[in-house]
Amino acid sequence: MANYNLKINGKAHTVDVADDTPLLWVLRDHLGLVGTKFSCGIAQCGACTVHVNGTATFSCVLPVSSVGKAEIVTIEGLSEEGDHPVQKAWAEVDVAQCGYCQAGQIMTAAAFLNENPSPSMEEIDNAMNRNICRCGTYHKVREAVALAANTK
Amino acid sequence: MSTLIKSSRRDFLKIAGTSVGGLVIGFNWFSCDSPKVEVLSTEEILAQAKSFNSYLSISPSGDVVIYSPNPELGQNIKTSFPMVVAEELDADWGKVRVVQANLDTEKYERQLTGGSGAMPHSWERLRKAGATAKFVLVAAAAKTWNVPAGEITVDKGVISHNASGKSGHFGEFVAEAATITAPEEVALKDKKDFKIIGTPVKNVDAMEMYTGKPLYGLDFYREGMKHAMVQRAPFGMKIKSVDESAAKAVAGITDVVTFGTSVAVVGTSTWPLMKAKKLLKVEYEADGNVESTSDHDRIFADLMANGKAETKRADGNVNQAFKNAAKVVVAEYQCPFLAHSPMEPENFFAHVQGDKCELIGPTQTPDRARQSAADILGIPKENITVQITRLGGGFGRRLRADYAEEAVHISKAIAGPVKVTWSREDELTGGAYRPAVRYRFEAALDADNRMVGYKLKGVGMNAGNSTRENNFPSGAVDHVLIESVNYESSVTTNAWRAPITNFLAYAEQSFLDEVALEAGKDPVEFRLELLNRAKSNPVGELGYDVDRMIAVTKEVAEKSKWGQDPNVKQGLSVYFSHRSYVAQVADIEMQGGTPVLKKITAVTDCGMVVNPIGANHQVRGGIVDGMGHAMYTNLTFENGVPKQKNYDSYRLIRLKEVPEIETHFLDSGFDPTGLGEPALPPTGGAIANAIFAATGRRLRSQPFIEQKEFSDINLEIRRA
Repeated sequence: MANYNLKINGKAHTVDVADDTPLLWVLRDHLGLVGTKFSCGIAQCGACTVHVNGTATFSCVLPVSSVGKAEIVTIEGLSEEGDHPVQKAWAEVDVAQCGYCQAGQIMTAAAFLNENPSPSMEEIDNAMNRNICRCGTYHKVREAVALAANTK
Repeated sequence: MSTLIKSSRRDFLKIAGTSVGGLVIGFNWFSCDSPKVEVLSTEEILAQAKSFNSYLSISPSGDVVIYSPNPELGQNIKTSFPMVVAEELDADWGKVRVVQANLDTEKYERQLTGGSGAMPHSWERLRKAGATAKFVLVAAAAKTWNVPAGEITVDKGVISHNASGKSGHFGEFVAEAATITAPEEVALKDKKDFKIIGTPVKNVDAMEMYTGKPLYGLDFYREGMKHAMVQRAPFGMKIKSVDESAAKAVAGITDVVTFGTSVAVVGTSTWPLMKAKKLLKVEYEADGNVESTSDHDRIFADLMANGKAETKRADGNVNQAFKNAAKVVVAEYQCPFLAHSPMEPENFFAHVQGDKCELIGPTQTPDRARQSAADILGIPKENITVQITRLGGGFGRRLRADYAEEAVHISKAIAGPVKVTWSREDELTGGAYRPAVRYRFEAALDADNRMVGYKLKGVGMNAGNSTRENNFPSGAVDHVLIESVNYESSVTTNAWRAPITNFLAYAEQSFLDEVALEAGKDPVEFRLELLNRAKSNPVGELGYDVDRMIAVTKEVAEKSKWGQDPNVKQGLSVYFSHRSYVAQVADIEMQGGTPVLKKITAVTDCGMVVNPIGANHQVRGGIVDGMGHAMYTNLTFENGVPKQKNYDSYRLIRLKEVPEIETHFLDSGFDPTGLGEPALPPTGGAIANAIFAATGRRLRSQPFIEQKEFSDINLEIRRA
């Protein structure tokens, strides 16, 4: 067990956890930030996606000891009022069925559009292919990313 | 119009997210550039509201709270149920809040999610709930204004009397309405007057999902609760010995609890449990059949040849028909086991205190969870409460209460509150699976290439009846024999989205394609010929409506431009299940010798469409689900343990693997039927038949990518 000072959603947090604890469980169990979801635990489905220094990252396999001074942003910190262009596009397109994977989808899309503000549909497909949606909302995910890109 | 303005929208989101979970419906951020409107929280509304019935409360502010009793797992019932209530109430949809009701079998019947049955079951009840509330509100206004109730009109939550020019919102009449008794019978609206039903209404939980609010069972937390994970025995085995010393030594582990064939590690957070579980040393011994996939294949072959079959349907004289046949077509089809694999792994919170128990979590059958807890604890059901969280998918997995039972056992043992969390490995190995099944089809054609004999024998595992004997083509063929054989496997199995038909439809629709080919007939014409026979001169009992089946078949042929482009190879599949009719055509375009799956066209008759957004979601999602599992997913066993333990080997369909899906809905004038399941069964058949049309390869087993017939087919999937 050791103390880790983390910068999450612009705020400083200190947690006392084992050094191999994945960031996902630090967020969920120790900081009450449960918007970041657990699903596979092995970096396959993307439900746990957060931003680490702006890069979409699978938090389920990221040990807290390797986070260092990196800036972490979770779905709770993506925007103050839930009005990030990607969140707005998700609401407009009404993407979700069960909704469980959607926070991860949104975080992947937000990081991607930050890097590539005017993507082609093929680039959207490649970027979003890392997130699994068991309900099969893929058509709407695609539509929402395209809408967010156009409405920025 | 609201005079009681208090919390800001931001506060409201917070409050709603952590408590009852209501939210303004149909909120559109793109039209929200104007200053934010301050609104009351759902709690504030409920504190002043008057209950009109189990579904409906209205506050003096005119805000309407609608309770949605059925578990929401993505089928959109939490949006579509309230739409029906609000329609008959003539409410202003913008003033409606939706609250997930807890389990209450006094107030609600059939408080479960399964069988695509919620809407057909509740359609009348929901309409009456809205209509009776409107009746008393109108009566209250009539009394207040001293005018005849028949002269009063209601629109968007406003009650008006045109002749006197009087009008007021619902809230103004709530107190007076409380003095009026609702009638037993009440007139319902003419469907042509619907203003909310049939319009696209957005998901009521949308912004909570998109901002990461705690909605799901796995998000539930209570001060002082422990976390637990469970090691389960392989199928057909029991515990011989447990060495918990290494597991218990992990920092953060407080208890190890053994019950039945399970061992639970209990601690203060989740990650130490994952480490400790790997350190448990549990020895198992056989306690029944310890099965592998090779055993299942052998059992299928043996029972298909020699198994004692139960006759499900017998029309005419099958032996004679096959003896006299000009041609006979025979084929066998088989599918693997599948896990349900909802994105939110199984989890449940339980707090046992003496003869009382509190349960919170994701369940499709809250009453079953309660009954299980009552049985385990030996206490009355009435002493147990169940709070239903939003479900991160279900697909049938959460019809079972096994994971809630685990939470009850552990809470009892540690005498405190606990939340059980399953890992993905637990979910894939600790199953309740869609069982594997094998079908043998035989068709007899006469000299005119008419199908005069049809035989189906199903060998299922824990499936009971593995056939649907009164489904098409029964009723359209003179001589029919449908038989089912069941094998009792030690592998736990359970209903999986569209039970039985999720594979039977594929097998049957592929086989009918084989028969059409043998008969030298176009697949659409072949089906219509049979359906016309069933319409004009049906044989025996029909489980389906022939006219609706004909209509979706004709419509899908038209919408898909069937047979019009020689470069597009098409596969047809038409199926009736769970009261709805869905026809699909898959298009494979040949591009320089490469088959490219470009599009699936679907025509659905589910009666009246309540919410076009939800209906489209269910049809497209069902098709993606049907396609993904037909193409990619396999679950095999070795000595009672699944070999595929996570998504690196248990392959689920991804975004780049879905073609364009075009959806159409036929308005047949019937009341709405469910859509959670019916779009899935036909998909595998449409794709397999298109693959045959394009390549000449017939796929008779799933998943396609593991079949040798498919190994050199470089199928690409590309949207237009």
